[in-house]
Amino acid sequence: MSISGVIKMGSQVDAIRLRITIFAALFKHDLNKFIMDENTNNNILEEVTKGEYKFGFFSDIETDYAPKGLTEDTIRFISAKKEEPEWMLEFRLKAFRHWLTLEEPEWAHLHHPPIDFQEIIYYASPRKKPQLESLDEVDPELLETFEKLGISLDEQKRLSGVAVDAVIDSVSVKTTFQDTLSKHGIIFCSFSEAVKNHPDLVKKYMGTVVPYTDNYYAALNSAVFSDGSFCFIPKGVRSPLELSTYFRINAANTGQFERTLIVAEEGGYVSYMEGCTAPMRDENQLHAAIVEIIAMDDAEVKYSTVQNWYPGNKEGKGGVYNFVTKRGLCKGNRSKISWTQVETGSSITWKYPSCVLLGDHSIGEFYSVAVTNNFQQADTGSKMIHLGKNTRSTIISKGISAGKSNNSYRGLVKIMPGALNARNFSQCDSLLLGDKCGAHTFPYIDTRNQSSIVEHEATTSKISEDQLFYCNQRGIDTEKAIGLIVNGYAKEVLNKLPMEFAVEAQKLLSITLEGSVG
Amino acid sequence: MLLNIKNLTVAIEGKEIIKNLNFQVNKGEVHAIMGPNGTGKSTLAAAITGREGYEITGGEIWFKDKNIVDMDADERANLGIFLSFQYPVEIPGVSMTNFMRTAINAQREYRNLPPMSAAEFLKQMEEKKKLVDIHSKLTNRSVNEGFSGGEKKKNEIFQMALLDPTLAILDETDSGLDIDALRTVANGVNALRSDENAFVIITHYQRLLEYIVPDFVHVMYDGKIVKSGNKNLALELEEKGYEWLKEHTLA
Repeated sequence: MSISGVIKMGSQVDAIRLRITIFAALFKHDLNKFIMDENTNNNILEEVTKGEYKFGFFSDIETDYAPKGLTEDTIRFISAKKEEPEWMLEFRLKAFRHWLTLEEPEWAHLHHPPIDFQEIIYYASPRKKPQLESLDEVDPELLETFEKLGISLDEQKRLSGVAVDAVIDSVSVKTTFQDTLSKHGIIFCSFSEAVKNHPDLVKKYMGTVVPYTDNYYAALNSAVFSDGSFCFIPKGVRSPLELSTYFRINAANTGQFERTLIVAEEGGYVSYMEGCTAPMRDENQLHAAIVEIIAMDDAEVKYSTVQNWYPGNKEGKGGVYNFVTKRGLCKGNRSKISWTQVETGSSITWKYPSCVLLGDHSIGEFYSVAVTNNFQQADTGSKMIHLGKNTRSTIISKGISAGKSNNSYRGLVKIMPGALNARNFSQCDSLLLGDKCGAHTFPYIDTRNQSSIVEHEATTSKISEDQLFYCNQRGIDTEKAIGLIVNGYAKEVLNKLPMEFAVEAQKLLSITLEGSVG
Repeated sequence: MLLNIKNLTVAIEGKEIIKNLNFQVNKGEVHAIMGPNGTGKSTLAAAITGREGYEITGGEIWFKDKNIVDMDADERANLGIFLSFQYPVEIPGVSMTNFMRTAINAQREYRNLPPMSAAEFLKQMEEKKKLVDIHSKLTNRSVNEGFSGGEKKKNEIFQMALLDPTLAILDETDSGLDIDALRTVANGVNALRSDENAFVIITHYQRLLEYIVPDFVHVMYDGKIVKSGNKNLALELEEKGYEWLKEHTLA
């Protein structure tokens, strides 16, 4: 086993107000592509620099609420609302009873006031539950919300190759491209529908990767999860479409607890994209999701996330608390699961997309860009658990901190005795903007055999005054220069985002980093 | 007059580096500024281009009939001032192509011009690459990353050619160049010389001036221009050394 470490330090950055815009597509080497996108990018830059969090509007859709607080009654209410079968209710209750025995974890490098779990509304759904034939029948308010987000289903329909299962609050509203998918035998629907229509599959796989006993938030999610997505790729099928779900928290003081389950059978392939925005609120909003992925022999699942939830205001007030358990199981030989995430939002992020490499020759990948500004805190990273022989994993993590934020990478590479010739490469880079923010790296490495190789590289750097002046001297203003430099820094990860995501990603990726830097 | 510096005083962290300096440049002229280390040549370049940390405590810098002393560095660049850096900076992950297109369009935007079309941009790139004999593989790489010393300097001239400034300041562009690269750089500069622009060449040695023949040579010492003349002054300086200058100025 060899471990190599590299630490680089740049020079001091000046006192400036920073705004950063990240554009995924800028980094594609293809010149035409980048030139084409540039106009879009300029518009985006203008948009994001104009004001505060753009998606901080509140749309007034009539909502059904669960009573505030969490008891067995709440869970029965949710289950009844969703007309669930008895076995589902039993699962929820078991999880709830287990949750009661657990304590909130405190090991993460995160600080927040205690969460009062009895003050949260655990279920809210748009009242006009649509069973619609076309978009015309959708609540106009809802359509408007999509328009504001720039992800109207209309637009989505036109975007070739992207099927969208749009989730507003807790209930899936509209699923498109079902026909194309069903021709290939692919199931892509809301979790609730899956419970109704594909109970055998749900029963077979739900909780097998992230059991309700896994951790505090996983138990909570298993008890109260509202909805989410279900995706099943049958044997030998490569999904012809990129599957995409937009999550959105939309009702005041409502926790959102999605649950996603993706199963790819032998030789199956799917690229799945998740993007999020949330409206501005004063109360902290709790979010605890579970994503489970299972890949059988020779199957491959790519999971891409752009997370842009409300991060709180400049004083650190408000914002989403994001406690997510994401885990993939490379169950079959030669299977592959890769996570790509761009984390820009939430006031608190607690998230470690992981891979359990059970099958021989299976591959796990994790590519991450996490941006924090103002008072945001992120404790994110990955876990790669090597069980099978000749398993390989790669972790590329790029943290960007600004303002008074704290950005931590936490990763575990665990190589079990049977994982002969396992290999891991981890690279954790931190970029600091200003001198009031923090970047932290907590790598854990645990290897239990002699034939494995684990490499870990880490760098910490600052945007240097020299770089900024160099850009300025060519006529590029400081705001654009920082965008350019940060984009360059994150390029390796952004290049991993699916092209089909680019248009949406450009909008969702745009983030304003405005802070007292230096 | 393109550039008119009047009674300029510049301090770094409270220490005066440039003292009451006067300097004028007209369009169509090439000026060389020579002088020993630590006399304020690079500080002068930084003050003209608006680098932060260089405090202008007195005097004025007029460029195109505007006093630019309070302007940000990017605005000065957009007005047409270019600096060929003594130590070009690396920007990892940002390709030269992306960088230059961003720069060109920023400058066009400042001049109320529409962004340059992709075809035109590529054409310009190809043309200017030839000028300084720069490889395509370099322009596909990240800005200055992994460039050799000579490549970095050529790359500065390449950028200058693309941005087509009115005033170009070359800060020790000759340092670290072998004779072939020096010629290439000089040829590039000569090709860009016109009645509409001007060059200020900062150098220690007369060598570069054999290839880029200046209209005026100035000698800086202790924050001031102490002697000005034609190209022969450079030869004289080379022959007699800066010690001669010290005696000369003290006398």
